[in-house]
Amino acid sequence: MNSPSIEAVNLSKRYGSFPALSNLNLKIEGSKCVGFLGPNGAGKTTTLKIFTDMIRASEGRALINGIEVHPNKKKALESAGALIESPEIYPSLTPREALSMVAELRGLPKGERRKTIEDAVAEVKMEEWLDKKVGKFSKGMKQRINIAAALLSDPEVVLLDEPTTGLDPRGMAEVRDIVKSLKKRNRLIFMSSHLLNEVQDICDEVAMIDHGKLLVYDTLSNVTTRFSKDSGNVIEIEFLRDIDYQSVNKNIASLANVNSAERIDSRRVRIKFSGGAPIQERLLSDIVTMKIGMISFHSPTSALEDTYLNLIKDTL
Amino acid sequence: MSQSPTRLSSSTRTQILPSSISQVGTVTKYELVNYFRSRRFFVLLVIGVIISALLTVLVGYYRPADFMSSSLKFYYNWFGGSVTFIIILSGIFYGGDAISGEFQNKTGYFLVANPLRRSAIYIGKWLGALIASMIMLAVFTAIAIGNGVYYFGLSIPYQLWVSVLFGLLYLIAVLGFTFFFSSLFKSSSISILVTAILFLFAFMLIQTLVEGLVKIEPWFLITYGAQIITNTLIDPYPTTSTQGFGPNVFTSYATTIPEGIAILSAYFLITAVLGLLIFERREFT
Repeated sequence: MNSPSIEAVNLSKRYGSFPALSNLNLKIEGSKCVGFLGPNGAGKTTTLKIFTDMIRASEGRALINGIEVHPNKKKALESAGALIESPEIYPSLTPREALSMVAELRGLPKGERRKTIEDAVAEVKMEEWLDKKVGKFSKGMKQRINIAAALLSDPEVVLLDEPTTGLDPRGMAEVRDIVKSLKKRNRLIFMSSHLLNEVQDICDEVAMIDHGKLLVYDTLSNVTTRFSKDSGNVIEIEFLRDIDYQSVNKNIASLANVNSAERIDSRRVRIKFSGGAPIQERLLSDIVTMKIGMISFHSPTSALEDTYLNLIKDTL
Repeated sequence: MSQSPTRLSSSTRTQILPSSISQVGTVTKYELVNYFRSRRFFVLLVIGVIISALLTVLVGYYRPADFMSSSLKFYYNWFGGSVTFIIILSGIFYGGDAISGEFQNKTGYFLVANPLRRSAIYIGKWLGALIASMIMLAVFTAIAIGNGVYYFGLSIPYQLWVSVLFGLLYLIAVLGFTFFFSSLFKSSSISILVTAILFLFAFMLIQTLVEGLVKIEPWFLITYGAQIITNTLIDPYPTTSTQGFGPNVFTSYATTIPEGIAILSAYFLITAVLGLLIFERREFT
C-alpha cells in the first residue's frame, strides 16, 4: 500500500486582484498529523477547499494520493474524508439518515452500514441522538456529526478545517483523541487550527501560512527550535518548599543548555533554555534528580506559540 | 458521467465507489425524505387540496353550464384552468431555492466534499423536486378525475391524458428553469422571488404586450408553449385567428402541439444545461 499523500504544486488562488493563495508548494506524505497554521485570511481554508474541489485554483494543482483533484474529483476524494468549515445537515434528517447518505455515496457495503454508522456516532459521543432530527442540534452537536461523516469511510487522508469549532472543552478533547487514534491507524491528517496547544498536542508537523504564502513546513520540534524567540524555550517550575537565590543559581542556572534561571517568587522559577523537547526532558529529569522539591512545571507560552508570534506579525 | 464502479484499494474495508447514476439515486432519495418532512411540501399540498376543494364545492353548488356541457368541457375548465398554476407553484416551491439554498444554508458543504460529481448533486436534487412536484400534480389530477367521474361517469376523454402529459412536460421545463435561476443566485429568497415574479407576472405581461402591441407570435415564452395543456382540452384544437379590420386587427395566437412541445423542450434543455454548467463552476467560498 502506498503511503497517503497530499500535494500542492504552485497552487494559487485569486479573488479578483486579491491573492488568497500564492504559489503554494507543499508535499505531505505518510501517516502523520500536520497542523496548518496561520492568521485569519491567511489561505488555510482556501487551500483545503481547493483540495476538496469546493473552489478551483487560479493556477497550480492539488493532488491527493497523486491524483489531481479538480479534473478527477471523484477518484481523488474516494480515499479522503473532509470537514470544511461547519457544514449544515438537512434539519429534517437524523444523524443516522445523514450518515447513511454519506455511506451510500461512498459505497460502504450495505451489510456494514448500520454498524459503521453506529460506531462513528459512538466515537463522537452522539449515540443518544442517533435518531433525533438534526434541526434541534446545537452547533457543537452538528460538528460532531460532521466529524463522524468525514471519518465514516475510514479514509486514508483526512482534511479537517478547524474541527473543534463550536465544541465545548470536553468535545475538543474528544476530537483530539479521535485525531490521535487516526494517527495510530496510519492515516494522514491535515488539519487547520487556530488552537496552538491543540496542534502542539496532536500534530507531528506544522505548516505555517500567512498572506497566502507558506512560511515554513517542518516537524514541530524543528520549527520551534528554528523559529522560537532567542532560539530558546521557557518553562516555569513550582517547588514544594521555598527555594533561595543560591539554589537557583548554583543548581539550576548551571545546567547545560540553560540560558537563565530567574526566581519569580519564593516557590517558582522561570528557566530559559536552548533546544527542543529532548533538552527539556533532560532538564526536568536533572531537576527531579536534585530532589529540591519540584512538584510541577508548565510553559508560560508554548514554544509553538512563541514560534507563531515570531513568524506571523499581523492578524490579517 | 462515469458508470463504472471503482474499488477503494486503500481502505481497510471493501468499498466500491458507486457509479454516478447510483449516486444520483442516493441524492434523490434523501432529497425526497427532506421534502416529505418539510413544511413547504405540506403547505403546497394543502394549497392544491384547497383549490380542488373550492372547485368541488363551487361546481357542486352552482353547476356552471360551462362545466356541465360535456366531460371535455368539464376537464378543460377544471384541469386546464388551474393545473398551470399548480405546476408553477411546485416549480417555485421546490426549484426556487434548491441550489441557492445549498450555498446559503451551507448544506452543500456536507455533500460536495464527498467523492461525487456536482452533476450528480444537481441531477439528484432536480429529480427529487420533480418527483415531489409530480405528487402534487397527481393529487390535483386525481381530485379532478374524481369529480369528473362523479358527473360524467368513467368515460374520461383521451385529451385529458394528453393534457396531463403536456402538464408533465411543462413541469419538467419549469423545474429546469427554476433550477437554472436557483444556481444563478446564492440567496434563497432572491432566487425564489425572481422565479415567482417571472412566472406569476412577467411572462404573462410580456405575452400580452407582444401579442397586442408588437403583434408577433410569442414563441419564445415558456408560458406560451404551456398553452398546449389547455388547448388540448378544446375540440376542435384552436388555431391562430385574427379579428377586426385595418389597424384594429387583433391576432389571437394559438400554440400548435409541435410548437408547444418544442418550446417546452427547448426551455428545459437550455436551462438545464446552463444551470448545470453554472453549478459546476460555482465556488463554495
